[in-house]
Amino acid sequence: MLEEFNDSTPLAERENIIECKNLNKWFGDLHVLKNVNLNVKKGEVLVVLGPSGSGKSTFIRTLNALEEIQEGTITVDGTTLSNDTSDIETIRKETGMVFQQFNLFPHMTILKNIMLAPIWVRKWPKDKVEKIALELLERVGIPEQANKYPGQLSGGQQQRVAIARALAMQPKIMLFDEPTSALDPEMIKEVLDVMKELAKTGMTMVVVTHEMNFAREVADRIVLFDFGEIIETGTPSELFDNPQHDRTKLFLSQIL
Amino acid sequence: MNQIQYEKKPLIEKPPKKKVNILEWLKDNLFSSWINTLFTIGLGILVFFVLKGTLTWVFFSADWSVVSDNFKLLLTGQYPIVELWRVWVCILLVSILLGFSGGIWNGTITHLSIFLTVLFLISGLLPFVSIESRIWNFTGVVLLVAGYYGGKKLPIKKTILLGWFLLFPITIFLLNGFDILTKVGTNLCGGFLLTLLLAIVSIVFSFPIGVLLALGRRSKLPVVKYFCIGYIEFIRGIPLITILFVAQIMLPLFLGQGLEFNNVVRAMIGMTLFNAAYLAENVRGGLQSIPRGQFEASHALGFNSSLMTFFIILPQALRTVIPAMVGQFIAIFKDTSLVTIVGLIDILGMAKTISQNPEYLGKQMELFLFVAAIFFVFCYMLSYSSRRIENSLGVGKR
Repeated sequence: MLEEFNDSTPLAERENIIECKNLNKWFGDLHVLKNVNLNVKKGEVLVVLGPSGSGKSTFIRTLNALEEIQEGTITVDGTTLSNDTSDIETIRKETGMVFQQFNLFPHMTILKNIMLAPIWVRKWPKDKVEKIALELLERVGIPEQANKYPGQLSGGQQQRVAIARALAMQPKIMLFDEPTSALDPEMIKEVLDVMKELAKTGMTMVVVTHEMNFAREVADRIVLFDFGEIIETGTPSELFDNPQHDRTKLFLSQIL
Repeated sequence: MNQIQYEKKPLIEKPPKKKVNILEWLKDNLFSSWINTLFTIGLGILVFFVLKGTLTWVFFSADWSVVSDNFKLLLTGQYPIVELWRVWVCILLVSILLGFSGGIWNGTITHLSIFLTVLFLISGLLPFVSIESRIWNFTGVVLLVAGYYGGKKLPIKKTILLGWFLLFPITIFLLNGFDILTKVGTNLCGGFLLTLLLAIVSIVFSFPIGVLLALGRRSKLPVVKYFCIGYIEFIRGIPLITILFVAQIMLPLFLGQGLEFNNVVRAMIGMTLFNAAYLAENVRGGLQSIPRGQFEASHALGFNSSLMTFFIILPQALRTVIPAMVGQFIAIFKDTSLVTIVGLIDILGMAKTISQNPEYLGKQMELFLFVAAIFFVFCYMLSYSSRRIENSLGVGKR
């Protein structure tokens, strides 16, 4: 039922699903993204690290146009972001996003939260969507909560519902904006486990996080942001075991 | 050998139960210290004399004939007696719908149908009403009860919803006649019938207009935005009476020859436009309380603005402003009495007219108390349902 994206082509030979060229963004006078160039391959798990205020969240939010950029181009799945709302909506349909604060709709049951977008945005028939939703709840481990309201769930459960809600649109890309930062320590694992499972299915993922173990274990590639620019890029072992840049060393020394 | 003995206790203990004893309760709450005892006794005496005075007056001194003689006038004004069946048919339609809805949806709406049943029973049992109205009243009770049990059994949810939507045009058609039935001019509608008509029409129409104004005020399109701001601020800067006068005198001038509304419709338009501005500000308060994350989540899922507004933002915004909105509805209901100033005779105007009749000299008290009681009953019903709806929607909890 749910698509699996696994293919056997090596990562380096696959095509880019996200291409960012010379992104520049200012908040007032503050230059928050400086000439960011970054491509993401199909099926790649890219983890974005960096100290707070480094622009990593802003970066991930530009990918589905939640933040505007002033310069540069972003191409997602063949569509280049412009001011045209239809382009923006096309891209948003294909990219799911999970937020730090979950952002579930508090006035709807869990099931309705998941079903709303596929029914009204994808225009899929209701019974098909309900099947997908129940299957996803099963996959994130909380099928028994389907008819409760978000306020009745724990933080970890809410975040898993948020992941299920994003997946119900059957997106090609998943964006995670610090998905575990608002959770109690004992709930972080349950969310990370769901994300690891998702990575195994071959989903393209861009993850902003502070979870170093997750980055080391799951990421295909890590980029490190500081002061709005990319300081260093590499595989987890390159970055953690043999950092090149002084600022990377400093950041890792503070965190590990 | 030292052994530590652990007392085995169940993990979850029930909170200790407090026994309630009337004497103890009295001692704790009313006579706990000498100063409280003094207050209790003093206030008790005061309450006794106020109640005694009021009740003696209500049951022995007051002459309620002024109300019973003019019962029909107070409730329906000059509405022709031969055509009164139309008003009754409208009321019975409401009873059927309310009965069925009470059976189908339970909860608040059942309470409303119980309320209406009690109202029917009271007005059907009043000593002075005609046989005819007794029959209408008891038909209403029968329909409510039959509807309630029918609603529990029959699968007619959609029919009933459709019925509620059709109720308004049917009522207007029946009351007016539009020359298909004998036409009853709106100027003949008076008394409580007029009060209800004005209130319902201005609530039903000002609500959607208010929501649109509130959304417009937050629009990114400058023309829409500034039009809405201008409208809201302009209307809120003028007293309702001024608007009613303007509607009576100026509207005919603006609209020119072809379009002429009678003065009841003009008052309805004035009240609707006035209240829309206030409701808009209430709704805007609700819209502002929605956290940014809700907008972002909806955008990220690919919703366009109208889907997002309809499914995510408005339901949450309206839910949070139920108390403020119902407050405004109650204000609308009571403000209808201002139409006396432009020559329409609502229930209060009717009471005033009757009290000036030399036959009923010195009996204003009875009349105005009756009017006050009617207003209170309906306003209390509004605020009671709002509280129930808030609870069932979990306002402040979810």
